[in-house]
Amino acid sequence: MTTLIRALLGATAITLVAGPALGEKLTIATVNNGDMIRMQKLTDDFTSKNPGIELEWVTLEENVLRQRVTTDIATKGGQYDIMTIGTYEAPIWAKQGWLVELDDLGADYDVDDLLPAIRGGLTVDGKLYAAPFYGESSMVMYRKDLMQKANMEMPDAPSWDFIKQAAAAMTDKENEVYGICLRGKAGWGENMAFLSAMANSYGAKWFDMEWKPQFDGDAWKATLTDYLDLMNNYGPPGASNNGFNENLSLFQTGKCGMWIDATVAASFVTNPDDSTVADKVGFALAPDKGLGKRGNWLWAWNLAIPAGSQKTEAAKTFIAWATSKDYLALVAEKEGWANVPPGTRTSLYQNPDYLEAAPFARMTLESINAADPQNPTVDEVPYVGVQFVAIPEFQGLGTAVGQQFSAALAGSVSIDQALQNAQATTERTMKRAGYIK
Amino acid sequence: MARRVSGRRQLVVTLIAWAIGLAIFFPILWTILTSFKTEAEAIASPPSFLAFEWTLENYAEVNSRSNYPLHFMNSVIISLGSTLLGLLIAIPAAWSMAFVPAKRTKDILMWMLSTKMLPPVGVLIPIYLMFRDFGLLDTRIGLVVVLTLINLPIIVWMLFTYFKEIPGEILEAARMDGASLWDEVVYVLTPMAVPGIASTLLLNVILAWNEAFWTLNLTAAKAAPLTAFIASYSSPEGLFYAKLSAASTLAIAPILILGWFSQKQLVRGLTFGAVK
Repeated sequence: MTTLIRALLGATAITLVAGPALGEKLTIATVNNGDMIRMQKLTDDFTSKNPGIELEWVTLEENVLRQRVTTDIATKGGQYDIMTIGTYEAPIWAKQGWLVELDDLGADYDVDDLLPAIRGGLTVDGKLYAAPFYGESSMVMYRKDLMQKANMEMPDAPSWDFIKQAAAAMTDKENEVYGICLRGKAGWGENMAFLSAMANSYGAKWFDMEWKPQFDGDAWKATLTDYLDLMNNYGPPGASNNGFNENLSLFQTGKCGMWIDATVAASFVTNPDDSTVADKVGFALAPDKGLGKRGNWLWAWNLAIPAGSQKTEAAKTFIAWATSKDYLALVAEKEGWANVPPGTRTSLYQNPDYLEAAPFARMTLESINAADPQNPTVDEVPYVGVQFVAIPEFQGLGTAVGQQFSAALAGSVSIDQALQNAQATTERTMKRAGYIK
Repeated sequence: MARRVSGRRQLVVTLIAWAIGLAIFFPILWTILTSFKTEAEAIASPPSFLAFEWTLENYAEVNSRSNYPLHFMNSVIISLGSTLLGLLIAIPAAWSMAFVPAKRTKDILMWMLSTKMLPPVGVLIPIYLMFRDFGLLDTRIGLVVVLTLINLPIIVWMLFTYFKEIPGEILEAARMDGASLWDEVVYVLTPMAVPGIASTLLLNVILAWNEAFWTLNLTAAKAAPLTAFIASYSSPEGLFYAKLSAASTLAIAPILILGWFSQKQLVRGLTFGAVK
């Protein structure tokens, strides 16, 4: 018996020693979107350059992924070597000490080439904690033919008043053409992404410098009133259930005059394989109210390494590859410049090949540059984030407030009631969390 | 003698039954049809029912992107493993509750059922921590254990109601003939309860196959079953309905076929006992 135990112990020891020599396997958690799927298909390039590292992908729907990786990192589960996280999580997790600092991604990584707005959102105390894989803002996508028919011309930087006039002029409900399509589905990443960004341009904010909720102010009332006015008069029916995908589908089938949403949608609506209006789409910056802020958001999907990972060096090698200039060139070579992940590097927007292949490139860059997560609102605020507030309580809060605003759109509560409820919910949560007394 | 039902009434009842059946099945049918459309056709408005260009490209894409056989095998092992382990525990438990009830047996049954009333996310962190410490994260054995525990109340309840229908005298007779406890359960009770055990098994396999909270939260790459496979095709930013439908069809097909062939047993099992 002791011989057997000794033999087993010996075998285990040999396996343990021999383990690393067989190569490291990195488990990467990521979201299901076009750019990430393309990266998975190109991993042969990485593994051929780094024969000692194997890659294992876990692709999940965004909300499932968020729940999954948050549980894992908070409990130090160690299931993933690299996590795909948003600009919302990055500063919160970095402050908790949950992420590995990414200050040494190699000599030719050129960290200064990262777009300042995006890099700023991933930096805590001057240190980078996640590397951006693709970035987006929001902008106006509109039908050039319908604008022409209405004898109007879309400026590069429209105001909310102009958007309302254009929506009225383009609406033709008999033929199922609606002047404007906006998000209505409740959720912090759904209608509240749009409405928080819109509110910023109206001079509204989530909290004042003392963390007191601000839904009882005039600015939020003006925001919600104009939003409901636009949607009730010129929006599609049943809009309180519409998120990105529903609006994308409406726009692609020619039912929207304008759509204000993620810049990433530009590549979908101009793709003739899927869109019936591919050659009729124009782009403009998100609208403003003349107060110095535009109603556009800022988001990026980023790669980060959980603290305590045993494979930090290999993980850094991968992140440096996936977010490098060379990776952009690799995608361009294999799939064309239009399919390169946008919104992370300045050099991409100086590349004439890219600018020619992507008609929406200039407007995407200007939209990203117009967003400032460190100073998102007209007045000073204590928080970071344009369409979100980077505090752990925000996911629950944003969704609760989003439900109120979605209900107002559906007509089941009044504007005043929705704002009152939002104020009460937010106050309660902030008191409980100790921000206010 | 059975009541005579007029021909017209029978026709009406049959039509209503068909209409309800089709209404219930329609979402599944629509998913299957969408899986053969292109992404553009999947969102076309008005949608086309059958008159579209049928394509297999979604299935080709799904197969090239994901390791379907791995997820399928994980689903099979997890659902069968948890069901068999559950039966192994539940048969003796239900036997004792049905034939030698104690004063608090009813309370114990209610207590078992009450564990199903807690939202699973309420115990996610403690279970996750235990799994982490025991090295069970992303393992099939871990999922077998957790799904067994989750479905055990239902298995015990179902078996309990079947066993209650079996006259205790038969077991007594076996005992008088010299059967030990083991013989009694294995050679007398189990063969008599086979229809009940079979339908419990089927229902539990279906429940375990479709379980999408624990299977998503406790797995990563190695033990992820078909629920994770579907979740990898859903996206809030991008219209991948056709691919998502193809993945869903592939995931539900095995259990749909199993359910189809065993529907007689399943219906009998569900209408037997306490809920008949």
